[in-house]
Amino acid sequence: MADAAHIPDEAETRARWGNFAWTEANAEQARIIIARYPKGREHSAIMPLLDLAQRQVGAETDTQGWLPVPVIEFCAKAVDMPYIRALEVVSFYTMYNMAPVGRHHVQVCGTTPCLLRGSDDVLRACTDRGMKKGGTTPDGLFTLTEVECLGACANAPMVQINDDNYEDLDYERTAALLDALARGEAPPAGPQTGRQVSCPESGPTTLKEMVDANVDYRERW
Amino acid sequence: MLDDKDRIFTNLYGFQDWGLEGALARGDWDDTKALLAAGPDAIIDVIKASGLRGRGGAGFPTGMKWSFMPKESKPGKPSFLVINADESEPGSCKDREIIRHDPHKLLEGALVAGFAMRARAAYIYIRGEYIREAERLFAAVAQAYDKGLLGKNAAGSGYDFDVFVHRGAGAYICGEETAMLESLEGKKGQPRLKPPFPAGVGLFGCPTTVNNVESIAVAPTILRRGAAWFAGIGRPKNEGTKLFQISGHVNRPCVVEDAMGLSFRELIETHAGGIRGGWDNLLAVIPGGSSVPLVRAEAIIDAPMDFDGLKDVGSGLGTAAVIVMDKSTDIVRAISRISYFYKHESCGQCTPCREGTGWMWRMMERMRTGEAEYHEIDLLQEVTKQVEGHTICALGDAAAWPIQGLIKNFRPEIERRIAERKTEEPAYAEAAE
Repeated sequence: MADAAHIPDEAETRARWGNFAWTEANAEQARIIIARYPKGREHSAIMPLLDLAQRQVGAETDTQGWLPVPVIEFCAKAVDMPYIRALEVVSFYTMYNMAPVGRHHVQVCGTTPCLLRGSDDVLRACTDRGMKKGGTTPDGLFTLTEVECLGACANAPMVQINDDNYEDLDYERTAALLDALARGEAPPAGPQTGRQVSCPESGPTTLKEMVDANVDYRERW
Repeated sequence: MLDDKDRIFTNLYGFQDWGLEGALARGDWDDTKALLAAGPDAIIDVIKASGLRGRGGAGFPTGMKWSFMPKESKPGKPSFLVINADESEPGSCKDREIIRHDPHKLLEGALVAGFAMRARAAYIYIRGEYIREAERLFAAVAQAYDKGLLGKNAAGSGYDFDVFVHRGAGAYICGEETAMLESLEGKKGQPRLKPPFPAGVGLFGCPTTVNNVESIAVAPTILRRGAAWFAGIGRPKNEGTKLFQISGHVNRPCVVEDAMGLSFRELIETHAGGIRGGWDNLLAVIPGGSSVPLVRAEAIIDAPMDFDGLKDVGSGLGTAAVIVMDKSTDIVRAISRISYFYKHESCGQCTPCREGTGWMWRMMERMRTGEAEYHEIDLLQEVTKQVEGHTICALGDAAAWPIQGLIKNFRPEIERRIAERKTEEPAYAEAAE
């Protein structure tokens, strides 16, 4: 792809990441992950290990992280898998970043349910701030990606930034959200209109008693 | 409308505690041991009698699916339950609400279903983008282990059963059951050829059943209230309650649980505040997530929202992800965007899908801009027929159907764009001749 992000030179990444090893906390986490799968089936752990590694790279670089070749090799070795099989996994799944990303990874959903509710405006709010699809802003603050359906369609349009969803957006709310992030704030996740998750905007049409009390309906069965 | 006491997911909107204490107060994990005491075959019989059909899209009878599992495990070949929480079908957002607000219904369901199919453990495969939801699920699993509801002698039943959570990493295709198994084994998520079916050779080569989150999460309530209660809701062969996810051009998009078979009009009026701009402004509806064909307004307004009701209008219930489009919609762009989705998500294994999804999307863009020629509409229709049914999994079909639905229902709109383009750009029209 012509617009794909630039993957740094391998010699360069090897010099920087050749000695990658788990932090103490992540080493423990990796042990827990591998223990979830039957003996002899450690390959199953490759996906969560790659995710863990990407997060560690992110923490070390104050970004959302990516997977340099030596880090992929490290993960493959941890589950005794050939490097090429681990690379296949990295390149198959979209959440593994094969090139560095910025401090905030802005993932705008552009699939039809969001499109119908105005994802064009959300994208415009991003490009108006100087973001380009598939690229990172020069200050390293934002990477913009248009992604496919993120499964929050009743709260469309939405964007996932880092680990959180921001929902029920429009141009102004998106702009305000990005401003807050740029100022280093942590805006509250979820619907940006004060709505309770995927409940109808004006209040629930069902189970109204549940708003104020944890009702046990068994008595009425 | 369904009575509140007959709703299964009472904490759907998360107003109350999602955790174990809140769940116990709502009646989850209430003497699960007694439910299991009936024995695996009796549980399967109740689920069969309830009429529960799989909630992931295909609508296969859940009890029958469980009964395909071997009654005795061969040495070294334990059975597995895999729960499909890879909710990625555009329009679908119900499993997310179950997982983040009622996770213990899912976990109790996992134990009940796992016990009924004599499985050793369950893996819950949750899509990678559900990061916070996965955190919640991990926390709920830890709570259940803490209280002895899962693990050795689960819930005091004498049965050992483990539940593990596995997060994906952003691939729609992993929602296909055999792709999910590949992914769980640490590979690319490319679907397997069937047969062998997962009930014979599944995860790690062992007998496996893959069920949707909603199918599993409703099971304990069905067992508590009896098959007759569940079967008494909805229409024959379309029984029970369902989580509907309403998105698009309605006044108040939402997720809501209601009886199967209520009409589209009632669903939208009661829960979503009506169509934006009124009923006369309704153009078309995709009633079951992006994979099912769209239905024109006049055909769907009074259609019953269930498997057979929507089949009768040339579409399907799918995951009950209702995408509503009013007359302001650029309908060709809406479907073209779905084509782009399938192009992006094709796993690349089968040629008709790998090449076809990209080709169909490029053709759809020509239709959108009006650059196409009239005869290309038939050409596109023909190619969708060549992709459909010629791939290992149903992604090829899913990519073909929305386009076929568009051509069937909105051919004049496509032709109008081509005509308009020709009038606007006579030079272009001449060059084409």
